[in-house]
Amino acid sequence: MSQLTEAIVEATRLGHKAFIPYIMAGDGGLDTLKPTILKLQQLGVTAIEVGIPFTDPVADGPTIEEAAVRALAKGTTLRKVLETLASFADEITVPLVAMTYLNPILAYGIDAFAKDAYEAGIRGVIIPDMPLEESTIVHPSLKAYGVDLVQLVSLTSTPERIEKLTKASEGFIYAVTVNGITGARSTFEGDLESHFKKIQSYTDTPVLAGFGISTPEQVKQFGTFTSGVIVGSKIVDSLAKDDWDTIESLVKASKVQIL
Amino acid sequence: MTKVKGKFGRFGGQFVPETLMTALLELEEAYEQYKHDESFQQELHYYLKNYVGRETPLYFAERLTEHCGGAKIYLKREDLNHTGAHKINNALGQALLAKRMGKTKIVAETGAGQHGVATATACALLNMECIVFMGAEDVKRQALNVFRMELLGTKVVAVDKGSRTLKDAVNEALRYWATNVETTHYILGSAMGPHPFPTIVRDFQRVIGDETKKQIIGKENRLPDAVVACIGGGSNSIGMFYPFVENQEVALYGVEAAGKGFETGKHAAAINGGKTGVLHGAYMYLLQDDDGFVQEAHSISAGLDYPGVGPEHCYLYETGRAQYVMATDEEALAAVKLLCQTEGILPALESAHAVYYATELAKTMNQDQIIVVCLSGRGDKDVHTIFDALGGDLS
Amino acid sequence: MSKTLIKNGYYGDFGGSFVPDEVQKVLDRIAEEFAKVKDDLTFNEELNYYLKEYAGRETPLYFAKNLTEKLGGAKIYLKREDLNHTGSHKLNNVLGQILLAKRMGAKRIIAETGAGQHGVATATAAAMFGMECTIYMGAKDTKRQALNVFRMELLGAQVVAVDKGNGLLKEAVDEAFLDLVNNYENTFYLLGSAVGPTPYPEIVEHFQSVISRESRAQHLEREGKLPTAIIAAVGGGSNAAGAFSHYINDENVRLIGVEPAGAATLTKGSPGILHGFKSYVLQDEEGNLLDTNSIAAGLDYQGVGPLHAYLHETGRGEYVAVTNEEVLEAFQTLSKTEGIIPALESSHAVAYALKLAPTLSPEDSIIVNISGRGDKDVQQVFELLKK
Repeated sequence: MSQLTEAIVEATRLGHKAFIPYIMAGDGGLDTLKPTILKLQQLGVTAIEVGIPFTDPVADGPTIEEAAVRALAKGTTLRKVLETLASFADEITVPLVAMTYLNPILAYGIDAFAKDAYEAGIRGVIIPDMPLEESTIVHPSLKAYGVDLVQLVSLTSTPERIEKLTKASEGFIYAVTVNGITGARSTFEGDLESHFKKIQSYTDTPVLAGFGISTPEQVKQFGTFTSGVIVGSKIVDSLAKDDWDTIESLVKASKVQIL
Repeated sequence: MTKVKGKFGRFGGQFVPETLMTALLELEEAYEQYKHDESFQQELHYYLKNYVGRETPLYFAERLTEHCGGAKIYLKREDLNHTGAHKINNALGQALLAKRMGKTKIVAETGAGQHGVATATACALLNMECIVFMGAEDVKRQALNVFRMELLGTKVVAVDKGSRTLKDAVNEALRYWATNVETTHYILGSAMGPHPFPTIVRDFQRVIGDETKKQIIGKENRLPDAVVACIGGGSNSIGMFYPFVENQEVALYGVEAAGKGFETGKHAAAINGGKTGVLHGAYMYLLQDDDGFVQEAHSISAGLDYPGVGPEHCYLYETGRAQYVMATDEEALAAVKLLCQTEGILPALESAHAVYYATELAKTMNQDQIIVVCLSGRGDKDVHTIFDALGGDLS
Repeated sequence: MSKTLIKNGYYGDFGGSFVPDEVQKVLDRIAEEFAKVKDDLTFNEELNYYLKEYAGRETPLYFAKNLTEKLGGAKIYLKREDLNHTGSHKLNNVLGQILLAKRMGAKRIIAETGAGQHGVATATAAAMFGMECTIYMGAKDTKRQALNVFRMELLGAQVVAVDKGNGLLKEAVDEAFLDLVNNYENTFYLLGSAVGPTPYPEIVEHFQSVISRESRAQHLEREGKLPTAIIAAVGGGSNAAGAFSHYINDENVRLIGVEPAGAATLTKGSPGILHGFKSYVLQDEEGNLLDTNSIAAGLDYQGVGPLHAYLHETGRGEYVAVTNEEVLEAFQTLSKTEGIIPALESSHAVAYALKLAPTLSPEDSIIVNISGRGDKDVQQVFELLKK
């Protein structure tokens, strides 16, 4: 079991749900990366998804895209993010998951990226514009350095694809809750429960729900039929406003309440 | 030519979010089916002939030829198509395909508005709902094209993100498609994007090259020595080149936009000045910095103002089958004037890049040789830009 | 064919030539040469070459399925003159006359233009044939149409702003004739509409008749019979003359000319003499010209070609008028239902087709002449609809 999977399983073993916040590296400057990560760790998150800004984030909604624009304006690059993370890697206690579009990795060099990412504490990678069929170009390097390649499963994926994706996914399965892009939603459509159960039926790797989850109620709701959740836009938004109360309430919602 | 599905050598592929994969697979399957479906091909042919006005002439530009004093220059007159450019060949083909697939809505991106107008036109004709994403900067600069699309019943959405131009419009169209994928088909306007788009667009544009081949044999009883076309995403050029690829004796020249001059860095020459990378679903040559961030392209011609280039061109470049050369803004403007004054044809600024290179090439060839230039569109849309660029001074 | 219609420069009572002697001499020379070339095989071969290879003919006869279904009556066909090079039927005539000019040894082409369309078409063909070109344009018009002036200059033409009188089309025509008289030995005056002194109306009708020559054959091929009606917009009347020409002897085919209600020369005018020829004129009882008001610059004219005056008087043609509002509506309807943005001029024909088609049966068919594309009018319509 990989370090990333283990962290998630560990959370569920306690009766909690896994909670993975997404942050945009460099939003507010790279100086904020260390304090943000350390504070999230303290709150008891399971892992942290570190977003790498990109000029053309096609899978992202307005909140994350705007955060990327801010981060790019401050000169954030993949290289600088990895360097910053490496500088305090010994203080990082939770696995990090890098979420980056493919092109910055190609520009960095695939093998160098896998190596430097591991040294920076990154244990999983999500590449939203690289479907399974194209993943052979990066997978061998990631595997060699022990970095999981997380696959996304969407509502539109056919049963055959779901089976293929879940079997291939490492670390966890990122199950997308809506059609489309990242960003807060007030409602979700369709019978998500059976969709998620179906995904889980193909694999022992934990299934996490992501895209659109923005309230403690939704964290709980999705927690009832998954191993946990990923919250992105709401965290990014709260960090930009320095609103740690909201973040805390979201993390708390993933924990079992002992009365 | 391609061994791996959806790849041209090492280029192309399907670099899209998982949400779109099912739609792309469905599109691929439907396209494979209809490509060989006689009734589909007949319907397409009917509209190309009766609605678009094909076939377009292959016109011998006698005075331009005399002016250059070298090879004979023929112009493939895509500017005479309905809506004024080659764009309609593809927009109509894809709209018909989408209709057969049971889709009711169309989404598209547009830069200056040409592909948007072509798509809006096809949707009006086929009675489909249409939404077009356009960078907010472009919406301002091209208010009349926005109105044209609205007249045709299309909803135009201004994209107020990123550089507020074409590439951001593509991003937004992809997002919209991902969100509405079950009812919606995305009509991509150039020979780029994820598989199967580069192949579909090429196949709908190859009518340009197929007609040209037939026409030049009819007029000259032989193939041309060179074929020249401009390259943005690369749809008119791949349509023109494709039928000639097998004829090794025909030299193929793609003309990229060198903008304010290649050395200034303000250009749109993805093959000459880019590195390989991934954007909008395909592995291709791409204008980017050392960190893999996509750079803005620069060209006086909005239709060439794109940081990437279709994967099949990347392949033709790497195998050496086609050559990729450049023309600057200034050279394109000179070609506009020259073609106006020798032939009474006002070319689109995009096409003027090809005209410029062809005239230079012709001068190095002898009078028995033949060049065909793809005149991809008319320049009516550019009169303002040309006027401003020439400062109203024609002396 | 209407060949037999014209006798001694007159269509019935209309036409003729009311010009000073020195102009008459030049016109006679043109008439003489035209008579020689119009049925000349070599001349027509050359003309057909340019019509096909340069203008892009033949233009489609497009069955407007959506519009037909929407109206629920006669089948509607659109003759797509909008697909010609430069975007309208104007080039048919320009190519014909410029070849005639070459035959006559002219090295220089002159023309008048109002909004600039005919000027651009003339400058286009002159550039292609490598002939010197001067366009006369009212000074006021050059200011309103600066971009079209630029286009003509881009094509290598010299644009002369005529700053006499009102500085409009009429003064431009006068100046062009003056130039012709002074320079007739090397200069040809290329007139853009089916108006003016003889032989111009006949020449223009002849070179525009390619429209109906094609549409007649195309309709016969599609439907196995002739159409019920032809509808075309009428200002000076060149596109309508061309669209009607080959059907004039087919008495069962209705020929319908559509005028703007604000410049309805045939429906509201009376016979008179204007710009050197006799026809219908929008005038008061004293013979003073009345003001016109059409949203289509190309139809905003107090006179009309003598062919139409004749067809009107003999009852062979039907002439109707539509309002600016109806025209704007038709402009939008065709854009939305067929994806074809018609010129405001052509939208007059569309507007009447919208009224006529529902009154006919599905066995009937109508050919609407889409004389030009609407790109040039988008700005104007944008401003009108915003208000």
